[in-house]
Amino acid sequence: MDTFVQQLINGLTIGSIYALIALGYTMVYGILRLINFAHGDIYMVGAYAGLFLATSLGFAANPSAFGFVVTLVGSMAIAAAMGMAIERFAYRPVRKFSKMTTLITAIGMSLLIEYLFVFFFEGKPRSFPQLLPNDNITLFGNATISTSQILIFVVSMVLMVILQYIIYKTKIGKAMRAVSFNLNSAKLMGINTDFVIAFTFALGSALAAAGGVLTAQYNPKIDPLMGIITGLKAFVAAVLGGIGNIPGAVLGGLLIGAAETMVVGYGSYIGIPSTYRDAVAFAILILVLLLRPAGLLGSNVQEKV
Amino acid sequence: MTRIFLAICVVSSFLFSLACVQKGANSTTTSSGDTIKVGVYGDLTGQTSSFGQSTKNGIQLAVDEINAAGGVNGKKIELVVEDDQGRPEQAKTVVSKLVNQDKVVAVLGEVASTNSLAAAPVAQEAKVPMISPSSTNPKVTEVGDYISRVCFIDPFQGSTMAKFAATTLKAKTAAILGDVNSDYSKGLTQFFEEEFTKQGGKVLAKEAYTQSDPDFKGQLTKIRDLKPDVLYIPGYYGQVGIIAKQARELGMEMPLLGGDGWDSPELWKLGGDSLKNSYISNHYSADNPAPEIQNFVKNYKAKFNVVPDSLAALAYDAAKVLADALKRAGGTDSVKLKDAINSTKNFAGVTGTITLDDKRNAVKPAVVLSLDPAGSKFTFKETIYPEGMTPATNTATAANSNTTANAANTTANTASNSAANSTNTANATK
Repeated sequence: MDTFVQQLINGLTIGSIYALIALGYTMVYGILRLINFAHGDIYMVGAYAGLFLATSLGFAANPSAFGFVVTLVGSMAIAAAMGMAIERFAYRPVRKFSKMTTLITAIGMSLLIEYLFVFFFEGKPRSFPQLLPNDNITLFGNATISTSQILIFVVSMVLMVILQYIIYKTKIGKAMRAVSFNLNSAKLMGINTDFVIAFTFALGSALAAAGGVLTAQYNPKIDPLMGIITGLKAFVAAVLGGIGNIPGAVLGGLLIGAAETMVVGYGSYIGIPSTYRDAVAFAILILVLLLRPAGLLGSNVQEKV
Repeated sequence: MTRIFLAICVVSSFLFSLACVQKGANSTTTSSGDTIKVGVYGDLTGQTSSFGQSTKNGIQLAVDEINAAGGVNGKKIELVVEDDQGRPEQAKTVVSKLVNQDKVVAVLGEVASTNSLAAAPVAQEAKVPMISPSSTNPKVTEVGDYISRVCFIDPFQGSTMAKFAATTLKAKTAAILGDVNSDYSKGLTQFFEEEFTKQGGKVLAKEAYTQSDPDFKGQLTKIRDLKPDVLYIPGYYGQVGIIAKQARELGMEMPLLGGDGWDSPELWKLGGDSLKNSYISNHYSADNPAPEIQNFVKNYKAKFNVVPDSLAALAYDAAKVLADALKRAGGTDSVKLKDAINSTKNFAGVTGTITLDDKRNAVKPAVVLSLDPAGSKFTFKETIYPEGMTPATNTATAANSNTTANAANTTANTASNSAANSTNTANATK
């Protein structure tokens, strides 16, 4: 029993990270019907921004809660700026062309970010400083939870609540929902759609950066290609929950995280080796696309011809 | 989706080729008749870049010493260094470039067995001798007669740790957590299990991870339930540091065992205090008081400002072995050079006396080092000799040594040949 709980905690920890990243995929898709493949790399940029801030401001040498918050917020701001810049200079110029053009631009953007980082910061893994003391808390029996895991749960929950507030209680949130409903009508209603789209990119990128910094606290090794697999799994999480649907992205993230950890923990009993954890996410993707293309929480929208 | 993946493939292959061209332009390619060109390839910027950097530094030190002493056969050695970013396909590409474009007479590299295995067929086909300083998977030299190495191989390294676990640590049960994509890791897993079972122990679980896993707690939680006496992690430092940390977080306090893949200054940054109570098998110990080892450590430190790890020491030896072979071959003819390398016998290197067997593997003792996170260093624990090689016979063969009369090596080696072996004996009795 305690082993199962332990595996669940492990799974939900990485699931929370997937959820944070999946939110960015789903918001951008909701508004532009674009899968922003560079989003996983924004997560990586967030981790590097955190490393840069933590070392240059001296928090690495003197860990403190204040240092952690500054690093987290600072890297979210840097990533938000980067997300907006990518939207402004890469996606906006091609938005008037076909969806495929934007999609391919996104793939190119993703590779560009990855290899620019390899070029400028080397491909070698870097260790991320521990900004908060890490202790273990025994829940019961053998089940333990580390403070870095609690941190991931708490911070991601807080960020998701803030996101809900922004989307449902503020004016810009209302504008986002309007643009998501119909971009052209929103434009006719006097909504500055370019601004709303830029804001959506900023919001999604900030969440991904938070995921990057939190992961780096938990698994303190970052490298320029860390966003590829994690980003793809977060994308699967967004599709699983129903792409474009915000609670769906969170649910999908937690499910993917739990599923892959359960495969590692118990897969061998049913003949699935633990190294198939990555395959599980994609197997789920195929099943979702076959059985419920709209995702768990997504609604089936009839395309009008 | 297929279209997307096609697009990804096309764009990425384009980028790789760009990177390749770009890196190629960086390396020194001034060709002249007065130098002997030697290719070096390794992971200088990727996941295991600390290995590549140490290897490059070790080779550089050796070549600088050789050139300062007048070079080989009156010619200076010129290095052409290529970065493979730790990717097997890139290793293959850069070695093709080294043998076909740069026309090097020999290639030194790689560290990771998977990368050596990818590149070795290229060297074999072009009939350019390749000496791997530190790839320990047996398959590497099985590629062909142009491929050799100056380190021991995994059957020995894996069994060394199994013997150490069973005898010194008195372990009855073990679990193994290995890297599923690494030939090195797979080899060690197999040989550890074989020897540990032979010693009367039991391997309770064999789990695996991939280098991109976001965490290792899933596998570790599973292993924790089985309560093994020791946990063997035959992986590379980048993952091992995190695994150690997460294992301790889960309350797993058993000794962690590993191999030479742990040997990197980066390990301490990633693992920290979690690495207490851990042991690795390795090729040499920088603590060894033998004068030629201390001389090497001193020169390396003066040049690169860091204590050389075993990969640097092996790379240094590989370059010296090559220089010795070039001298004995009397030129750069590839068949003669290959034969000279393959007949290397009782060559006194800093990692021990190097004799290549008929499979072109070096037969050498291994050392077991214990990890000291407080001082960020490895401390010598014991020496384990391969079967059939006892400290006594080792001294006897070294006394008959006749191949070390090498201009480049005279300063460090000739005087201390017997000293090295008496220290080995001393180590064994510790």
